[in-house]
Amino acid sequence: MYSQGLIGAKTETNEDEAFLAAFQARIDAEEKIEPNDPMPEGYRRTLIRQIGQHAHSEIVGMLPEGNWITRAPSLRRKAALLAKVQDEGGHGLYLYSAAETLGVSREQMTEELLAGKAKYSSIFNYPTLTWADIGAIGWLVDGAAIMNQIPLCRCSYGPYARAMIRVCKEESFHQRQGYEIMMTLAQGTPGQKEMAQDALNRWWWPSLMMFGPHDSDSQHGDQSMRWKIKRFTNDELRQKFVDATVPQGEYLGLTFPDPELKWNDERGAYDFGAIDWDEFWRVVKGGGPMNRERLAARRKAWDDGAWVREAALAHAEKRRARREATKLAAE
Amino acid sequence: MGAAATIDRDTLLTLLLRLADDHLVLGHRLSEWCGHAPMLEEDLAMPNMALDLIGQARALYTYAADVEGKGRTEDDLAYLRLEREYLNCLLVERPNGDFAQTMLRQLYFAAFMEPFWKAAASSTDATVAGIAAKAVKEVAYHIRHAGEWVVRLGDGTEESRRRMEDAIEELAPYLDEIFEDDPVTVQASAAGIAPQPSSLRPAFDRIIGPIFAEAGLTFITPPYSQRGGRKGMHGEAMGFLLADLQHIQRTYPGATW
Amino acid sequence: MAKNEIPLWEVFIRPRNGLAHKHCGSVHAADEVMALQAARDVYTRRGEGVSIWVVPSAAIVASDPLQKEENFEPTASKIYRHPTFYTVPDEVGHM
Repeated sequence: MYSQGLIGAKTETNEDEAFLAAFQARIDAEEKIEPNDPMPEGYRRTLIRQIGQHAHSEIVGMLPEGNWITRAPSLRRKAALLAKVQDEGGHGLYLYSAAETLGVSREQMTEELLAGKAKYSSIFNYPTLTWADIGAIGWLVDGAAIMNQIPLCRCSYGPYARAMIRVCKEESFHQRQGYEIMMTLAQGTPGQKEMAQDALNRWWWPSLMMFGPHDSDSQHGDQSMRWKIKRFTNDELRQKFVDATVPQGEYLGLTFPDPELKWNDERGAYDFGAIDWDEFWRVVKGGGPMNRERLAARRKAWDDGAWVREAALAHAEKRRARREATKLAAE
Repeated sequence: MGAAATIDRDTLLTLLLRLADDHLVLGHRLSEWCGHAPMLEEDLAMPNMALDLIGQARALYTYAADVEGKGRTEDDLAYLRLEREYLNCLLVERPNGDFAQTMLRQLYFAAFMEPFWKAAASSTDATVAGIAAKAVKEVAYHIRHAGEWVVRLGDGTEESRRRMEDAIEELAPYLDEIFEDDPVTVQASAAGIAPQPSSLRPAFDRIIGPIFAEAGLTFITPPYSQRGGRKGMHGEAMGFLLADLQHIQRTYPGATW
Repeated sequence: MAKNEIPLWEVFIRPRNGLAHKHCGSVHAADEVMALQAARDVYTRRGEGVSIWVVPSAAIVASDPLQKEENFEPTASKIYRHPTFYTVPDEVGHM
């Protein structure tokens, strides 16, 4: 799930004009770009950055939900949550693979993440405090992610688009899983309903922030749109998300934590209040409630796993050497 | 398995709960790794095994609830018993330790369950036979996956070998218990429902032997064995596992999730 | 590839007997046994296949995209290789 508006990529490029024009013509003709094709350096860098951020988001995104796997309240919910968090790991894997076609390794990307140099979706820097958060994440966070990701299935870069098709196909159960949890809570005891409302209150604004800065403040948006890495602007996607989600929340009998949220007949869309961008940037830059713990958890998994990865390589080498020796002996 | 003597309901229930608890608790332990594995591929492999185990637990609890006939559900049995009422063996509740210990524990349990399910596939109890037929394929893969890691780590680096040896020592006291016969297993075996655990030891050894040989690892017999799980006497770690597992169900009694 | 990076493998899955193996993604694995298991655990969780191939990514030899025109365009003019190039009267029926 979980791409977020791209943050901080440099899209400038040094190739000559004829090269850039020819490349743009391919893009405009809706031709897909494949790994070994000539491409502007800026295009490659933007993709590495965006796919990397997307992959990191999946991997870090395993943590807040993983936090509730051992506490899931029924065996059915436990199996569904475990399968969902596992899917997120899979999506990270597909995305790292897509980025690897651009000449960067998974290890390099991981090290960037662990060094705090790479970004990931800011939403995962909020804590999951109750079981209802698992419902709210599935419903809102996966819902927002789907809005972002469906257009990425048509991204101009072939491996990214193919990975996204697979991700979107697998992900169709995630949002439904979350909504079903919310519905069960909303129709449950007063305590459960309160839990659901509290989760909606806490996750609503961060979900809207997932689409990234306003179009007017987004430095790289235009170039990404021209290169068809992106198909809709941050604000367009955010509006689509609000319009789709508000009726779902009303069906649950829950209220949104935004007094300015109301249907605008003229626009045929919901108006909504101002997003707290100070909070957004604070969380992106490391000041969210869970930034430190998320990175620490990833670092610990990576460091604790180092001896396992080394052993796997050492064993593979021994196996190879033994096979060679047997072959030589047979000759 | 012998000819069809009958089994009384309480004995069958105990048998099913032991099996179900084994699978739930090991699935739970394995799921603790999710998001923290040594590499991404293993973050997908371990949940696959955990989901197999939880699926088997669900089938067993559902049948147990049916046999009990008191209107309890799979979740009532999985979530709402007291620690002393859980009947899993001690091996499955052992804390994960490092990756070597987790994989060795997985291999041991799978190498026990594979011959168990193979025998139970021809159980006189049709429900048990059905669960066994599905589980036997799943557990065969667990042996392959965990077994490969035991070989890889045993015959990897100096550090991985040392960790594997530590894991063998750490888990050794908990092995004998899984092969223990008692009146429940005697009756179940006489009724042709499930094999005697002690009868599975040769098959277990045939699975573990070649894996340890390839890994260059030596099996050790511990000076003392720990027992008690089948009677609801667990290690201290079990209470915390249950505190996690039961947290929501205990906090909001009677709610639906 | 830097030292101590775990190699990349390409994964091909046969969705069911009768169909060819099709490329579906990649995994990292130290050796072929690990690669096959990783491919099984990553790419067949929803009944996607009945057979898996894994190939070290480094072993794949690809045509050069810069030679795309000389490789693939000359064929465009050879329309006589296609059945529609030839005229057969309708009365003769399907051929």
